Amino acid sequence: MNRDNDKGKTLLRRTALVAVGAFFLLLMLIARLYYLQVYQGDKYRMLADENRISTRVLIPPRGSVYDRNGVALATNEQNFQALVIAEQTPDLDTTLEHFKKIIPLTGEEEEKIKKEVRNNKKFVPVKLKDNLTWNEASAVLLNAPYLPGVFINEGLNRSYPLGIYTAHFLGYVGAVAENDVKDDPLMMVPGFKIGKSGLEKTFEKELRGQGGNVKLEVNAYGRIMKEIERDKGSAGKDLYLTIDSRLQKFAQDAFGDNSGAAIVLDVHSGEILAFVSVPSFDPNLFTTGISHKDWNALLNNERHPLTNKAISGQYSPGSTFKIVVALAALESGVIDENTTFFCSGSMSLGNHVFHCWRHWGHGKQNVVEALKNSCDIFFYEVALQLGIEKIADMARLLGMGKPTGIALDNERGGLIPDQAWKLKKYGEKWQQGESVIAGIGQGYVLATPLQLAVMVSRVVNGGYSIVPTFIKPNLKEKGKIKKLPVSRKNIEIVKQGMFEVVNGEHGTAIAARFNMDGIKMGGKTGTTQVRRISMEERRSGVVKDEDLPWRLRNHALFVGYAPQDNPHYAVAVVVEHGSSGSGVAAPIASKILQEAIRLDIK
Amino acid sequence: MYKYYESGLKSQALSLKEKFFNINFGYVFCIILLAVIGAVALYSAANGSWSPWAYRQSARFGVALGLMFVMALIDVKIYLKYSYVAYFLVLLLLIAVEVGGHVGMGAQRWIDLKLFKLQPSELMKIAMVMALAKYFHSCTLNKIESIRGIIAPALMALFPAALIIIQPDLGTALMLLFTTMVIFFVVGVQWWKFALLGGAGMVLAPIAWHFLHDYQKNRVLTFLNPERDPLGSGYHIIQSKIALGSGGIFGKGFLNGTQSHLNFLPEKHTDFIFTMLSEEFGMIGGTLVILINMIIIAYGYVFAFRTSSYFGKLVIIGLNTNYFMYVFINIAMVLGLLPVVGIPLPLISYGGTVMLSVMASFGIILCMDINRHLNLGRSSFGDD
Repeated sequence: MNRDNDKGKTLLRRTALVAVGAFFLLLMLIARLYYLQVYQGDKYRMLADENRISTRVLIPPRGSVYDRNGVALATNEQNFQALVIAEQTPDLDTTLEHFKKIIPLTGEEEEKIKKEVRNNKKFVPVKLKDNLTWNEASAVLLNAPYLPGVFINEGLNRSYPLGIYTAHFLGYVGAVAENDVKDDPLMMVPGFKIGKSGLEKTFEKELRGQGGNVKLEVNAYGRIMKEIERDKGSAGKDLYLTIDSRLQKFAQDAFGDNSGAAIVLDVHSGEILAFVSVPSFDPNLFTTGISHKDWNALLNNERHPLTNKAISGQYSPGSTFKIVVALAALESGVIDENTTFFCSGSMSLGNHVFHCWRHWGHGKQNVVEALKNSCDIFFYEVALQLGIEKIADMARLLGMGKPTGIALDNERGGLIPDQAWKLKKYGEKWQQGESVIAGIGQGYVLATPLQLAVMVSRVVNGGYSIVPTFIKPNLKEKGKIKKLPVSRKNIEIVKQGMFEVVNGEHGTAIAARFNMDGIKMGGKTGTTQVRRISMEERRSGVVKDEDLPWRLRNHALFVGYAPQDNPHYAVAVVVEHGSSGSGVAAPIASKILQEAIRLDIK
Repeated sequence: MYKYYESGLKSQALSLKEKFFNINFGYVFCIILLAVIGAVALYSAANGSWSPWAYRQSARFGVALGLMFVMALIDVKIYLKYSYVAYFLVLLLLIAVEVGGHVGMGAQRWIDLKLFKLQPSELMKIAMVMALAKYFHSCTLNKIESIRGIIAPALMALFPAALIIIQPDLGTALMLLFTTMVIFFVVGVQWWKFALLGGAGMVLAPIAWHFLHDYQKNRVLTFLNPERDPLGSGYHIIQSKIALGSGGIFGKGFLNGTQSHLNFLPEKHTDFIFTMLSEEFGMIGGTLVILINMIIIAYGYVFAFRTSSYFGKLVIIGLNTNYFMYVFINIAMVLGLLPVVGIPLPLISYGGTVMLSVMASFGIILCMDINRHLNLGRSSFGDD
């Protein structure tokens, strides 16, 4: 009985221990609840929100681009997409068969659709076909009874109505690339397009606008339950350019099959009225993804349609540079309007002989005559007396030798050589002969067509340092245009020379002259060698340019302005391998100026 | 024993009316309260609807409550007398579903009773406690402390546990074994034997690991590190912790649990119902559920202490331990303290099997308490 008592006591004692243990464990659960719900509550609240809230970015409509008259150059075109929701279509194969009758699908596309349907949840829309026309989209909608689960989504596609005419300055948009800086949530949206080149790229921030977002509550399977909040964002700003699309088209067409570049500026404001680089390409090919074939064709074209020749092409300015040399000489007092030099057709310096383009010479020439006849000897003599530094200073004053700072990528600065430059580049002293060559815009001197247009503008506007721009400067800024330290009188002398080039008897560009109710143009031709003419060839007779293959022919240049009395427009034309400045470039420039005058661009 | 007379109760058999008024209604109230919370939780789990769960579960509870009263009012001597018989019947049932499950009924391990699914392994939890109680009731302390004395009860537990493990239902088997250990402990099996068992367990654990099913291994590994597989087996526990933690002190409000209603929380109407409650009613709600359970378990210990018969004490302790295990394992599991083993929260989780077994247990506990003054004697087998 004693042991029985012990048995009962043991039970009570051990049960008490178990009870204590049980309560300890249950209290531990409460402690754990406290730890999770209070101590770590904030963390888990955040995680719960991350679970349930799905933020979708809303793409703002991209700003349109218009020319100075409000003509659309870049717009957003409605783009129709056909999608299917698998769970709403009883039999995908049958639906696809019906769909194919309306809009053909390649076997590859069909495979891709089926794969995407398999890989996605049943309520996720899968793209059937992109870039449908309005007609195709309505055909799909009309056949809705046979296409359960198929619907049409409207998106926006960038469109360039003028296509090849605007490609080189507008650029184009394309999908965000791997190495683009992704500083905007919009950049993460699949299919989002950003400006890849041209003004589309430069003004990306303004054109893009502010992405909105919508916060959606989703369940564990990703199905949208309700919208929590919506921030609409803001549309991109529209851009108004200084380009006149009529002149732009005309100027580009004026090139015909030639390749090259042309710039038309308003000489008083620097507004770019036309910006041509030919051949061009269709930027619309890029917005929807260019095909491999098209891309290779553009890339391998020997005329480089993808190169923006107006700002990236650097050409010897040739005789067009004589404007700069003439002005530099007049300003420095080396010559005045009456100073003459005798052109015999050649000039010796040391043991080197420099030739004039006219082998038999021009005879006695003053500066106006030398410009009109493009006499090389006159400018050799002037350059020799002037020295390279004075020439370079004037060239820089007129906007050459460094990029103009236009709002486009890949602008090159051309080259205005001087003594310091040569020493740095080649470690050699500047030679007098090099000044002579520079005097006719050959040798080291290089300029872009845009720089040539700026140079002419700054001369003919009376010496104001206008800067080329695509965006209309406001009136206040207009007043800020600096006057260059160039005298009016000397400018008029140079202008007189340029007038004679086109309108004087035997002027080099006489064939390009026009008279529109008294409005006339002035200008300067230039023809620059692409190849070196050897002494041997010179002895045996220079091969005629037209007998050479295209890529070895001379570049043809012309810079001009109109009207003569009160200049408004400046033009620079470069025709690559065009053979002759007077024969090819001047007529194009002339036509462009006539059109500008006819259009009377305000 | 003398003091019981003071409370005016008799040690003789009671009439049905006396028995009824001896039912501890505080205990019953707590049970009903939990069932009400369960119905509310199931209403919320169905996104604010009585169907499909809350309505059916309430009906089940009504039936189970009736069963509880019947079990409470049965003559306590019947439990003692038929404990072994019941144990062997349930064991046969267990073998039957094991064999039958393999042969003809698919992998089915239960018997369908329309409103409830009768699961022999669930019945075994009760039957084994009764059988062990009867066994130890008739033992002397000397026998309990001898090796010979614990071989038979150990086999009584190990055999059904083995059957349940191969079902496979590791959770139920472990519960069964753990309850057995607690009974062995309270009756006075020496500490050193438990230490020895623990040592053997540590040696055998790596071997046992080898025999676990892959999904069982995954559960343990995932418990140790839920981030191991955040979208696979770790998903449940991660989402459960997020749901709980985001509930805060006061919760997100009835029917407003985002994790639950947007289906991030799996099994919200069964194993993870405590998570949903705590998401919607916060730490206040979660603590309340734990407290009510603590009260129910505390009642159990009070009943055990005040019951005069050894058999009655042991039955109450065993069944109370069973109940405690359900509550603790389920809540510890959803709180990320134990691996996910698929143990529901009794009276609250949707499902009839556990409801039935738990309510039957409560009935038996109440019966022991009603008849606490009755001396059941010790049917000794002449050991001392």
